[in-house]
Amino acid sequence: MATPAISIEDVAVGYDGARVQTGVSVDIERGEIFAVVGDSGSGKSTLLKTMIGLLPPLGGRIRFDGRSLDEHMQDGGAPPFGVLFQNGALWTSMTVEENVVLPMELQRYATPEARPALARFKLALVGLAGREGLSPASLSGGMRKRAALARALALDPSVLFLDEPSAGLDPLTSRRLDRLITGLRDGLGITVVLVTHELESLYSIADRMLFLDGEAHRPVALGAPAELARHAESAKVREFLRTRTPLAEAA
Amino acid sequence: MDPLFRLSGHELVLRVPDDGIRADWLARPLAELGLATGTAASVLRVDAPPAWRWSSTDAAFVSAVVRELDGPAHALEVRGVPRELESLLEVAREGAGAATTSGGALPRGDIRARAGAFALAAAADARRFVELLGEVMLLLPRALALRARIRRTDLWQMLAECGHRALPIVAIVNVLMGGILAFVGAVELEDFGAGIYVANLVGIASVRELTPILNAIVLAGRTGASFAATLATMQGNEEIDALATFGVPAVEFLVLPRVLALSLLMPLTFLYGCVFALAGGMLVATPILGLSGAAYAMQTQGAIGGANFAIGALKALVFGAVVALIGCHQGLRASRSAAGVGAATTSAVVTSIIAVIALDAVFAVCAHALRI
Repeated sequence: MATPAISIEDVAVGYDGARVQTGVSVDIERGEIFAVVGDSGSGKSTLLKTMIGLLPPLGGRIRFDGRSLDEHMQDGGAPPFGVLFQNGALWTSMTVEENVVLPMELQRYATPEARPALARFKLALVGLAGREGLSPASLSGGMRKRAALARALALDPSVLFLDEPSAGLDPLTSRRLDRLITGLRDGLGITVVLVTHELESLYSIADRMLFLDGEAHRPVALGAPAELARHAESAKVREFLRTRTPLAEAA
Repeated sequence: MDPLFRLSGHELVLRVPDDGIRADWLARPLAELGLATGTAASVLRVDAPPAWRWSSTDAAFVSAVVRELDGPAHALEVRGVPRELESLLEVAREGAGAATTSGGALPRGDIRARAGAFALAAAADARRFVELLGEVMLLLPRALALRARIRRTDLWQMLAECGHRALPIVAIVNVLMGGILAFVGAVELEDFGAGIYVANLVGIASVRELTPILNAIVLAGRTGASFAATLATMQGNEEIDALATFGVPAVEFLVLPRVLALSLLMPLTFLYGCVFALAGGMLVATPILGLSGAAYAMQTQGAIGGANFAIGALKALVFGAVVALIGCHQGLRASRSAAGVGAATTSAVVTSIIAVIALDAVFAVCAHALRI
């Protein structure tokens, strides 16, 4: 059996010793789009931060391609993933292109001459060709997200983490971003883990989802969103997944 | 006035007066308003005047009574309120339960507990600062071997920030300080016929003590604060998290160039400041004392000596590193909000000034012990 892209084994997450979620166990397969869903304050972002190494796990272990993050990053190596933060988190003192080039410079990725060309290619992938010289402050919210996505792709990661990619975007821009995420998965074979509240995105792009219950402090459902909407054991999960607008339901 | 509360068996009746619940009752203990502590009731009946228009004050008061009587199972039955208000009270009950389970804030009045928490937080903060210092020390060999992951443009920007942009203010402060020292010295020493020793006073005090300290204070307010504000803003925008996800520690990419820049430039700024301090002293002292510039300069040259310059330059280097480290430390530990940026900036300046003066005292003791 192939090693999963991400293996989460009995992980507990939280802050200052207080456990927000416990008993999180899931294997995420290569090329899968996997969503982490839950009510507000349930620990979705905390789990994401723990997965990307910004917070230490309070228990259990997380492996990428069968190796821990520390093993991937020993001797100053890059982690095997890229991250799109909720607000983009672009480095505001640099241009869009410099934002994409910097990770390559710092990790000595590709040759110095090739880096600008690679950065421009990645910006073109996300539809930002010709905007390389702009500063992040002059971009719209959707463009900032796409620029941040290009930066997350800078080191050609095998996994992409997306923290609420649709937050703050209008529905059309959100759908475009969804198509872009699916395109990246299909075209580059990237595994995608996204934290989202948005049901439209969830139904249209996620292969599977994990529902974190903020009151029970543990995951209560794992499976395909449409399947869980009908057959999840937890009434809360069914209710969450069925809360769609009348127009969306009609469509 | 009829009592607000009346207990009848397991039912507690809350009578809403004709002029409604007074807002100040919300701030008073219910026992003062007639609800005996430990009252047990399974039903709360609210007795309001006919066609009563419920205000949020009324609702808040009823909610407080519900909280007082309600057990952990939320079994108290509330009667006599409109259905809409009943559902709101239900929400408030659930919210109160959630707050009690997730609480952890210290009681306001408990000074000992707050002092303990403050001490623990200060100790944790000090530990983080020492860790930061250690990380920077470990990175120094890599920086000296030019292998640190620092952008050259960033380093140049830092050098400019700490260097030529700070020169005007350093010059003004030092020339004024030299002038003031000379004026006070001249007035006092002239009475003893020792006016020429104003040059010694100004020279030694400036070179050995005041120029390094004043420069450090100026740069703490200018550059240290700017470091703290920049890093705190980056923290709030998740820019530092983004850096970490590329396997680049913030200490190496952000802190190291700042510490290097300020440490390297402070000794140069010290020399520059000394020139202005001595010139300020000369400008004030020579006309007051009727001395020639050459005589004053000769006296200054004889008084200062290499050791004083060396001590001053060493202090400047250490103060520079400390101001940069404190600015970066406060920026990195800032909370992720606009208020956090302000707090980090203020804290960086205050802590740097205290640290610089405390370190100067340590230098004084060491120099005395070594007879320098």
